[in-house]
Amino acid sequence: MLRYILRRLLIAIPTLLILIIICFLLMYAAPGGPFTSERPLPPQVLANIEAKYGLNDPLPVQMWNYVVGIVTRFDFGPSFIYKDRDVNDIIAQGFPVTLTYGTISFVIATLVGVSLGVLAAIRHNTLLDYIAVGATFSAQALPNFVMAPILVIIFTWQLGWLPGGGWNGGQWQYVVMPVIALSTSYMASIARITRSSMLETLHSNFIRTAKAKGLSTRTIIRRHAMKPAMMPVVSYLGPAFVAMITGSVVIDLYFSTGGIGQSFVNSALNRDYAVMLGVTILYGTLTIIFNLLADVAYAWLDPKIRY
Amino acid sequence: MVTRPGQKPETIGTIRNERIVEKLVEAEKVKGRSLWQDAAGRFTRNRAAVAALVTLLAVVIFTLLGPFIAQWSNEEIDWARMGDIAGQGGPSIETGHYFGLDEVGRDLFARTIQATQTSLIVGVIGALMAVIIGTLYGAISGFVGGWVDNLMMRTVDILIAVPYMFIIILLMVMFERSFLMLFVGIGVVSWLEMSRIVRGQTLSLKHREFIEAAQAAGVGWFTIVRRHILPNLMGVVVVYATLLVPQMILVESFISFLGLGVQEPNTSLGALISKGASTIIYGTIWQLAWPLVFFLLTIISLFFIGDGLRDALDPKER
Repeated sequence: MLRYILRRLLIAIPTLLILIIICFLLMYAAPGGPFTSERPLPPQVLANIEAKYGLNDPLPVQMWNYVVGIVTRFDFGPSFIYKDRDVNDIIAQGFPVTLTYGTISFVIATLVGVSLGVLAAIRHNTLLDYIAVGATFSAQALPNFVMAPILVIIFTWQLGWLPGGGWNGGQWQYVVMPVIALSTSYMASIARITRSSMLETLHSNFIRTAKAKGLSTRTIIRRHAMKPAMMPVVSYLGPAFVAMITGSVVIDLYFSTGGIGQSFVNSALNRDYAVMLGVTILYGTLTIIFNLLADVAYAWLDPKIRY
Repeated sequence: MVTRPGQKPETIGTIRNERIVEKLVEAEKVKGRSLWQDAAGRFTRNRAAVAALVTLLAVVIFTLLGPFIAQWSNEEIDWARMGDIAGQGGPSIETGHYFGLDEVGRDLFARTIQATQTSLIVGVIGALMAVIIGTLYGAISGFVGGWVDNLMMRTVDILIAVPYMFIIILLMVMFERSFLMLFVGIGVVSWLEMSRIVRGQTLSLKHREFIEAAQAAGVGWFTIVRRHILPNLMGVVVVYATLLVPQMILVESFISFLGLGVQEPNTSLGALISKGASTIIYGTIWQLAWPLVFFLLTIISLFFIGDGLRDALDPKER
């Protein structure tokens, strides 16, 4: 097991480096920069600014400084647009917000999705099952950017129960809609995967043996069926996490939560490459770490994989 | 007669031959059904999938014929009504704006048609790129095996861990926000999962007898991949490609929703939904409703078709 984790880490580290390098090369190759404006700066001024940000060093030197800065000091460099803030400040300001509702959404999507899926599988071919299947199928077609405006129409404009945006230090009224909008479609996917894998497990021989022994359904599900049925779900959690991270950009933007996605989109529109790269690399790191955790969890669940 | 002893077997022979011919004619009549005919039968029995196919066809026909019904083009601004869009810009037959006006006074009917076309094209081209690159990559990796396979698949492992949505956005923002860049961005990432699936399938085909026979006959490896491996992969590829189309539409809509997708005067369903969502405060709900209806119809029917195809082409999986 330890060797397996180490080996996965050995893949994760170059992945991360390659991500940083790809992003950096893209930035380097991009035509036009943050200092190209409609009124061209005098060449001397431009040269001074570029020297200040280290943009006139040769490419390998720039890249080396950037990578070393990130790896050794978690330093993503200065913002190109905001003179007094560097990328770290921007991330430190927005990230806690996104992390808060992101974590809540992920936990809720997993818990509710799994429970719904297991229930539907136990009550296979009953009304409950049909409702669950129908609801989850249509919910999959409701991505966060469709859910968000629909929720605002219902809860803010029609019912007037919840504020249509803002964060206000994470008061619950402000968290409800972002969480629902972000988690719905993944909840649905998790429920579908859980249902079909639980159904398959419940039809296998060892469950029949457990029934023949006279165990109660509850014990069968908890002690025998749950672990094997969870394997496809666990392998889906990695991609779901990534998709939710990506989705949080829409949520941040639409609900003006002040989260990191807002900085990302603003920097993209302002061509503030330093912030874009910083946020992309942060998201990439989270993705890679989470996939690593999901793989380890899968290896722990699956009795056939023993490293 | 002298020939008599010899005649008998000859007659029997003719009768036998005739019987064989008859049998052959009969055999011609019952004709074996191919995998695809079988699948078509199973697909048409799946009512949800057929309904979805009809819906999708209706949407496609609408986008093709719609421009002939439209009273306004997608770029014209209705100056007479643009001052009071919330009041006079609603959907109505008399004004010729069947779906109402958008936030700057353009005809939403024409805009929705344009956006639906964009989204469908993006979905199909994205999926096609995945099919071409992913299938070739996966089939070669799986068939050649050894260190080539290892190298090719580790590359995919690394690329797949990169958060692709951000890479597409980076590409589009840093170069130009055009269709070309969008397709490049989508093409760079969409084939990864496909190549994994195809490789797995190729590995299981590789040691079958008919491949060994081809190898024994001295067929080159590329020809084996092209003539024997690829045709047998088609089922999986078709199913996965159908499921990729809505995914690609979702990706594009997501980017457009953020305002980072294709630029005006081009538009897509994501961009229209985004605009509509930001103007609901003024009570112009149709600006969100129409694009949303088309978006949901397209995505849901594609999901159902993909599901139906999976059941039809791979009956074991159920």
